[in-house]
Amino acid sequence: MPGADKETELSERIEAFLSELKRCGSGAGSLRGSAETARETTSLLRRITAQARWSNAGDLMEIIRKEGRRMTAGQPSETTVGNMVRRVLKIIREEYARSRGSTEEADQQESLHKLLTSGGSSEDNFRQHFTHLKANVIEAINELLTELEGTTDNISMQALEHIHSNEVIMTIGRSRTVEAFLKDAARKRKFHVIVAECAPFCQGHEMATSLSKEDIETTVIPDAAIFAVMSRVNKVIIGTQTVLANGGLRAVNGTHTLALAAKHHSTPLIVCAPMFKLSPQVSDTPFTRFSEILSKVNAHCPVFDYVPPELITLFISNIGGNAPSYIYRLMSELYHPEDHEL
Amino acid sequence: MADSDGRQVDGVNHATDKDVKLQEIALAKNEGKELTKEEKQRLRKEKKQHKKNKKDDKGPPEKEKEKEKASVPAPSKPATQSPAHKAAPAPVHASESAAAAEKPAKSKAELRAERRARQDSERTSKQGKKEGGQQSASSKPKATPNELQPVVKRLPEHVQVDDPAALKKLAKKLERQQKSGQGCGLNKTGVEVPLRSDYGYKVSLFSHLHQYSRKSPPTLQISIPATVIHPSIVRLGLQYSQGIIAGSNARSVALLHTFKQVIQDYSTPPNEELSRDLVNKLSPYISFLSQCRPLSASMGNAIKYIKKEISNIPSQCKEEEAKGKLQACIDSYINEKIILASEAISKYAIEKISDGDVILVYGCSSLVNHILCKAFEKQRKFRVIVVDSRPRLEGREALRRLVKKGIRCTYVLISALSYILPEVSKVFLGAHALLANGYVMSRVGTSQIALVAKAYNVPVLVCCETYKFCERVQTDSFVSNELDDPDDLIVTRNGKSHLENWQTVKSLGLLNLVYDVTPPDFVDLVITDLGMIPCTSVPVVLRVKNVDQ
Repeated sequence: MPGADKETELSERIEAFLSELKRCGSGAGSLRGSAETARETTSLLRRITAQARWSNAGDLMEIIRKEGRRMTAGQPSETTVGNMVRRVLKIIREEYARSRGSTEEADQQESLHKLLTSGGSSEDNFRQHFTHLKANVIEAINELLTELEGTTDNISMQALEHIHSNEVIMTIGRSRTVEAFLKDAARKRKFHVIVAECAPFCQGHEMATSLSKEDIETTVIPDAAIFAVMSRVNKVIIGTQTVLANGGLRAVNGTHTLALAAKHHSTPLIVCAPMFKLSPQVSDTPFTRFSEILSKVNAHCPVFDYVPPELITLFISNIGGNAPSYIYRLMSELYHPEDHEL
Repeated sequence: MADSDGRQVDGVNHATDKDVKLQEIALAKNEGKELTKEEKQRLRKEKKQHKKNKKDDKGPPEKEKEKEKASVPAPSKPATQSPAHKAAPAPVHASESAAAAEKPAKSKAELRAERRARQDSERTSKQGKKEGGQQSASSKPKATPNELQPVVKRLPEHVQVDDPAALKKLAKKLERQQKSGQGCGLNKTGVEVPLRSDYGYKVSLFSHLHQYSRKSPPTLQISIPATVIHPSIVRLGLQYSQGIIAGSNARSVALLHTFKQVIQDYSTPPNEELSRDLVNKLSPYISFLSQCRPLSASMGNAIKYIKKEISNIPSQCKEEEAKGKLQACIDSYINEKIILASEAISKYAIEKISDGDVILVYGCSSLVNHILCKAFEKQRKFRVIVVDSRPRLEGREALRRLVKKGIRCTYVLISALSYILPEVSKVFLGAHALLANGYVMSRVGTSQIALVAKAYNVPVLVCCETYKFCERVQTDSFVSNELDDPDDLIVTRNGKSHLENWQTVKSLGLLNLVYDVTPPDFVDLVITDLGMIPCTSVPVVLRVKNVDQ
């Protein structure tokens, strides 16, 4: 039966995606950028919307929430997956509300005042059936996909507003967003880049070789030399794995040291992060991998660092530049508060 | 015009003659060779003559310039030529020639009298106090140590790599040292004290420093056996350049032991005094060692001490007795300044370690390891976190030593510092040198550790012996540093090494710094063998040491 086939195919795809995520996390598989993960998650969600059996919005949201929980459990450190799930949930709510005919403003304008005084969840439980809901939701997800595809370009277009000529820019590790940002600026301006290699995986090496191929003056330094060299740096531009709700970062290890050194020398710290990295979490549980090399020694290898928002100067995202204190507001536009916990 | 031309031509010829002589005098002075009385008188006369000629050259052309402003170029050009000729050996005679040029108003006789009086007084005071002849810590001979004289410091060669004139001077000096050792006229091919060439693309911020490759050792050009350089010095130089001996204490001790060997094998040639000749013999060795790897502050102080001891040997002392005395001096220096000092520092430091402490250390400092081992023997309960960094990974050696003792250790890389610091109660750091403005010069990464520790309010204690205190001042890690082999940064991960062909890519540079400076506001306490002092008291200790000597 075609329905059953579609369902098995769907679950196969979900399984494949989950195993891909798990492999990426352990470092054995090909390292994928967050943008790819976001795109794949969104297309998978679109497929679920199209092929799963549901009759009203509430059912669909249940299905997506369930799949979303499975996917985030597979790789907790990859928060983009959870973010996309939340985006899709918000899309469903919006489309449902639009189909019902209620105005958009009532739902979207969640000012702090309203959050305090409204209290309790909204009265409807999404049980009404609308025929065009499916098509609308799929169309909205397509728009989301287009937005995702353009994020890197949107960010790179702002490069020339932030980099002047003969600057010395420091970065750490490898971020595709920052790479595109700098390469775009290098087409018109001449500047130097110092890359901290970020041991033990040394992703900085790849970044340096790819930047130098575009004729950008690049220098690779070991992590220990970050503070020593910082006094000659004009700007620090970094990417991140996640942007937290308070404006802080969860970024690759070594970023906190870099941020402290930049603060000491009063060097601006700019974070290039597309909006899909914004996550409602505030906690900063470190992810570590333990290994016992000698019986009496513990070795720690944390993967991420928490950087508090006081050390960050500016966020550059696909919707423009923002201060860290504004991040909470952007959060409310992207996700519905009830979806913060999947 | 013919008359003035003729005189000026004569003056120019004189100038070149004088310049060679002045260079020789300068080099001889700096190498500590004392001229005999007759030589000194002759040189004094020649200097006076030269000054007189120079002033005559300058005087009439200047007057002509003033009178005939229209036809300025002709007389002024030769006039500027002779001061320009003088500018070549100017760095060494900066004060003398500057003084001469600045005071055309005073009469020549007065100047000559002043000069003679000054030289006499300097010579008598120089009897007891020899200047440090080695290049990186040279300063003009001071009349008395307590007066605050303006010190005209010559910039060390190893931070002038981007200046071609300085490089040429060094090359000439090395050649001259080779020739001075060949007294008996043996025909030698090949350079004895080789000039090492730089390797690879240097980051533009550091183009004034050397960058050598470990793959091309400095002994490639030396003939075997080398007659100018003692074989144990050659061995020591190779050990330095390949990184076999690393760490400032280890390098100083190895240097002193090698000097003991050299003194043992030394025999005074006839008609020479041991106190003068031995110091001359040591100079090419020191040049060779600094070509292998730039001298550290501790090595510089040790060399100054040895040279002072050698020149203090009275001339009637017999050779065997003198050699024995020198060896005893070296032994006592090592014993006092390094071994006993570390015992004293351990005693102070152990007071600061309490039970239940979590101590963070960085890299491999022999002193800090010693302190921790001693504290463990005294039954203190603590555990240690060893922080390490690429590319040297010295922390692994420290880890090995501590675990062998039985201390509980944790190992992290420096990028995990923010993760591990909330657990830490104290940070112990070693130092390579303590500078006179209170900055701590140490392995690269130390300043980072101090910065993050300060942000988490963890106390930072620096342990350093007093023989590493140095009179230099520095505010950043750029001006005076050491660049290590850039190929060390290349690493293979997952079967791929991205930086393998970095030389072929034009705009890619690798930077492998060795040292960095930590500002004094990050350091809470410095533990020395004289006690526990704040960072800013370093010049006080230096002053006390100078008065003692």
